[in-house]
Amino acid sequence: MKILVCISSVPDTTSKINFKDNDTLFDDQGVQFVINPNDEFGLTRAIWFKEKVGATIDVLHVGTALADATLRKALAIGADKAIRIDTEPIDGFVVADQIVAYASTNTYDLIIAGRESIDYNGSMVPGLIAAKLNYAFVNNCVHLNIDGTTASATREMDGGMEVLTTELPLLIGGQKGLVEETDLRIPNMRGIMQARQKTLEVVAPIESTPKTSVISFEKPAPKATVKLVPADDIDQLIDLLQNEAKVL
Amino acid sequence: MSVLLFAESLQGKLQKGAAELSSYGYALAQQKNTSLTIVTINCEEIDQLAQYGPSKLINLKLDTSYFEAQAYAIALAEVAATEQTNLIIIGSSADAKYLGGILAGKLDAGYVTNVVQLPSSREPLSVKRTTFSNKAFAVTKLTADINIIGVAANSFEATLQSPIATVSQQDATANSICKQISVEQNQGKTTIADADIVVSGGRGLKGPENWGLIEDLADVLGAATACSKPVSDMGWRPHSEHVGQTGKPVATNLYIAVGISGAIQHLAGVNSSKVKVVINTDPEAPFFKAADYGIVGDAFEILPKLTEKLKVLMGGAD
Ligand SMILES: Cc1cc2nc3c(=O)[nH]c(=O)nc-3n(C[C@H](O)[C@H](O)[C@H](O)COP(=O)(O)OP(=O)(O)OC[C@H]3O[C@@H](n4cnc5c(N)ncnc54)[C@H](O)[C@@H]3O)c2cc1C
Ligand SMILES: Nc1ncnc2c1ncn2[C@@H]1O[C@H](COP(=O)(O)O)[C@@H](O)[C@H]1O
Repeated sequence: MKILVCISSVPDTTSKINFKDNDTLFDDQGVQFVINPNDEFGLTRAIWFKEKVGATIDVLHVGTALADATLRKALAIGADKAIRIDTEPIDGFVVADQIVAYASTNTYDLIIAGRESIDYNGSMVPGLIAAKLNYAFVNNCVHLNIDGTTASATREMDGGMEVLTTELPLLIGGQKGLVEETDLRIPNMRGIMQARQKTLEVVAPIESTPKTSVISFEKPAPKATVKLVPADDIDQLIDLLQNEAKVL
Repeated sequence: MSVLLFAESLQGKLQKGAAELSSYGYALAQQKNTSLTIVTINCEEIDQLAQYGPSKLINLKLDTSYFEAQAYAIALAEVAATEQTNLIIIGSSADAKYLGGILAGKLDAGYVTNVVQLPSSREPLSVKRTTFSNKAFAVTKLTADINIIGVAANSFEATLQSPIATVSQQDATANSICKQISVEQNQGKTTIADADIVVSGGRGLKGPENWGLIEDLADVLGAATACSKPVSDMGWRPHSEHVGQTGKPVATNLYIAVGISGAIQHLAGVNSSKVKVVINTDPEAPFFKAADYGIVGDAFEILPKLTEKLKVLMGGAD
């Protein structure tokens, strides 16, 4: 089985979010970039397939050399090869176009993406790829099994769970649940050494036009300070919620 | 070129938020000097949406018994083509987001999710959306010939109009790719996505055996229950209840956080809730900085009292 894992490289969840150039660009000064958590769950499931049933894993990122460290980490925890399509990931459409072009010439049985990137929260790349490649697509995937060419995937809905079955090739939008938190891997020395021998292929982009662009970023208005209610005066809390906040 | 809007339904019933979404669509159509067409799929209640201003209501009868994103997207793309629309509105539920990307791909349309306001400009079309897990907004320009706007939950109010539309039914064939084997719906339970109020518990509750305190409060309020990440990681509660940056987003009117410290990843997921109440023994807990109301105190003492008092109050109000 040939697996492609799409990796978006995002600011570590503890990062302060600031903007520069008149609030038109994300300020990455001092920001640590990591594998998007949703993609990390997917990659870890891919490694499980590799170890249990045999599979080769390519990881792919659309972006600049800034993400090479993130791709090296993916190699260190078990991916076989990394591909970076060398273009600015301006929006989800540019990203999807590049992934589609690559995956059309290098066919995969399974493409794993994340349900969303936790930075720009686009939530669209997997759907765009599925539509263009005509792959079966399961989003919000929290469990995936493959038996031969048949996949069974569990999708988390807003109010429940659903089990779907389909034939490969399949694309999933993964998230937490796909593997247990404790199964996530930290690169060890051996992995890091091996990763140095693995290929990180830099591919030229195809031509593609973005369909969206950010005009400016804004930060939410600063919050007024909290109103504290004494622990023995719950009536006051209820009163405030009813008559001031009007939410009861 | 009318504005086309997809209103979600489940087992024939309109999903919560359909009225608000329709009102958003109507306001947008007004802004563009055009009319609104609302489409549903396998919905038995589409006529209820007539009062929010559409000129046309279309219910597609698709031969599938469950929500199938790929089949739905193909069917909607066809409607978009016959209606010659260049602007499509959908919601921001998990289903809507599942569908949105596929639909955009099929139509080669531009698409933005989590939009919180009507467009601030029509030419070029620009909208404000939340980004960086609610830590910021991005004013985003859509430049394709056809564009899709995904409207965030609880960001627009429903407004009644005088009804003019009539319903038409159209048959359509589903292109099934993924087959549903089984489904588990949390019947009768308010879900995090649907809830007006969410009561959420953290590690401060000490163990799963104490969750009755959270559930009792949620019950009186008709609220959904949620939890912090460690609570679901330790298996005290199901993963589906985990909220935050790497869990579910919460955009309710009232979010009550009990025994949750307010780590940045947790706050990222709940910040777009309108009113936040925090109950925590530690006055230095970071959550107090993000809260509207707070009680510094022990959840085990406060929750039973709060639940009891609300029970009396809610009982009396009905
Ligand atoms: C990559 C990454 C992603 C993450 N994503 C998320 C996410 O999406 N969502 C999320 O929630 N977390 C997330 N986290 C974890 C986050 O950093 C915190 O560890 C977590 O939110 C803490 O959970 P907690 O508040 O329940 O527990 P704690 O931090 O242990 O806080 C417990 C709180 O309960 C209070 N308390 C104790 N006893 C009582 C009592 N009797 N009555 C009232 N209060 C009491 C304490 O004062 C304390 O403030 C993420 C972490 C990482 C690294
Ligand atoms: N620049 C990128 N390179 C590779 N994959 C990406 C990139 N951006 C997004 N993705 C994939 O698409 C998923 C959803 O991203 P998004 O649509 O941006 O929220 C991510 O979890 C990744 O799997």
